[in-house]
Amino acid sequence: MSQTPVLIPALLLLSALFSLLFGLRSARLGHLVAVLGVLGSFLTAVAGAFGVITGGEAIRYAMGGWIPPIGIELVLDHLSVFMTLLITFIGLVVIVYAPRSLHFEAPGKAAFAWPAIVLLLAGLSGVSLTGDLFNLYVFLEISALAAYALLAIGGKAAPVATLRYLIVGAAGGGFYLLGVGFLYFTAGTVNMADLASRLPELVENRAVVSAALLLVLGLALKMALFPMHFWLPDVYTHAPSAVSGMIAPIMTKVSAYAIIRLFLDVFPPGYFTEALPIASTIGWLSAAGIVYGSVLAVAQHDYRRMLAYSSVGQIAYVGLGIGLANPIGLIGGLLHMVNHALMKSVLFLIGGAIRLRTGVTRIPDMKGLGRSMPWTMATFAIAALAMVGIPPTAGFFSKWYLLLGTIEAGNAWWFGVILISSLLSGVYFFRVVEMIYRDPAVDPAEREEADAAGRERPPLQPGGEPPASLLGPILILGVAILAVGIFNVLIVGALLTHAVAPLGG
Amino acid sequence: MTGRFESVFLDVVTRAMVPLIQVFAFYIITHGHYSPGGGFQGGVMLAASIILLRIALGEESYRRFPREAGIWIAGVATLLFTLLGFVSILFGGNFLEYAYVVPGMDAVELRYWGIFFAEVFIGFLVWGALVAIYDALVTGGVEA
Repeated sequence: MSQTPVLIPALLLLSALFSLLFGLRSARLGHLVAVLGVLGSFLTAVAGAFGVITGGEAIRYAMGGWIPPIGIELVLDHLSVFMTLLITFIGLVVIVYAPRSLHFEAPGKAAFAWPAIVLLLAGLSGVSLTGDLFNLYVFLEISALAAYALLAIGGKAAPVATLRYLIVGAAGGGFYLLGVGFLYFTAGTVNMADLASRLPELVENRAVVSAALLLVLGLALKMALFPMHFWLPDVYTHAPSAVSGMIAPIMTKVSAYAIIRLFLDVFPPGYFTEALPIASTIGWLSAAGIVYGSVLAVAQHDYRRMLAYSSVGQIAYVGLGIGLANPIGLIGGLLHMVNHALMKSVLFLIGGAIRLRTGVTRIPDMKGLGRSMPWTMATFAIAALAMVGIPPTAGFFSKWYLLLGTIEAGNAWWFGVILISSLLSGVYFFRVVEMIYRDPAVDPAEREEADAAGRERPPLQPGGEPPASLLGPILILGVAILAVGIFNVLIVGALLTHAVAPLGG
Repeated sequence: MTGRFESVFLDVVTRAMVPLIQVFAFYIITHGHYSPGGGFQGGVMLAASIILLRIALGEESYRRFPREAGIWIAGVATLLFTLLGFVSILFGGNFLEYAYVVPGMDAVELRYWGIFFAEVFIGFLVWGALVAIYDALVTGGVEA
């Protein structure tokens, strides 16, 4: 039996523990172990992807040799391969980037940050891999606990913001668990494949209806679906850049993945669309969230806060894909997970690099950085183009699929929302691009002038490119944005069309 | 909170009770695989005995059970548990399939010992983790 499904999270768990063990002696050694673990897990995920694509079917794995549905099952299929590749790739790039930035932004916390980061990745990949609803809850809470610890090591306001996230996240987890309980009492199993075969007889059952609503509500809280996003902006703003660069791209996506998994593979076909209006509710909330997130992003002066509001808008594209509930729209939503993960990760990492070099986090202070950090800012420009959705960057194609989906569904409102939000993305990113490239850097004379006039001093910008350990990951993500855009047909053809097959595409 | 409550009674009763609590905790851990109780319950009792020492004896308890010990015990126990899972993969089983941990031994007996050691590791993990949480709370989260 192939061991790939279990090795992806288990290697991460193992390296998290060794990283803690060595990290108590030396943080550098702990980081090395963590990098090796994530690398091993990423390579395993690549091997698993080849296995699934060439084999054409899911690899099912019985934990401890206990045959499902009695035992716990891990399932590596097209959708979960897609998610684990995304999670481990982002994790690998960010953990290579992290040491300098984390030492700068959260001194002395690194030794305990490495095990937590790897544990976060283990939890998230476990959520993607598990074939068991209760196990999904356990992995979701593992990743959430690691995330609380990581987010709280930021600035002074970070613990308060994280406490709010903790309360909301615990409530979300509670709703989800209650839903799982209802399903277990009604159907007598929590195994996804087993549930899928038993639920068609129980569609009229009220407990199943409540279970579906509770599961989706719990996951929507964790996914930060508008209007349940209120915890997100503060958390992402105050966390260290490397942590935001890891959590913002993948954490909310995994909850969205769980909703998609319930929709496609657990509940009977049509249950979320015809029997209950769950998909369309998610869709309309997402449409509102896209507009809301984009408008508030335009209004922000803090770079990280702008990205956080932009995340609220962008995760809603995935929700819109769920709401469309046709194959091409859902492919757009899934593809947007990858695209947005790459873009948002690189944008947060660039923010960290700027902060390391100049100490600047406010957008008006970023003037003239285009000259002192040309490569970093070129990557920023690529990411900004991708956020707006200009071909051939990755962002264009997911929006294209979503637009095709809205046309197929005949929904003119959502079509308009996607177009308007792309324009708004243009507004808030080109504002930054303009400032970076067109405006001259703040010169010392201006500082003295501001002092004399009693205004706030514009900060000095020693500038220069960030060190190679930061610049390398940023450039890799920049190239990945272009590569995913150009080769998106491969991803869609090899993985996503199979993943959305239950919709009958 | 690291100071002690000065009381002869507390002192004497604590010193008498802690060994009993710990022996009973080990009993619960080592019999967990075929009777009620198990690693988690026994681990909580072990942690409770240490926390009782912390409250009653104050600074002296930190000499006997240092601050770093909790996180070390928890980390090493979890590591051993995970390695147990990997050993069964090495010998051709699935993750945590105890029947494969030692090649050549009877599968039924191996499963018995597998669950036994899993309970022991879980017990130590819970013990270490709960003491570490207590220590972090009373010291305001400052790391040792």
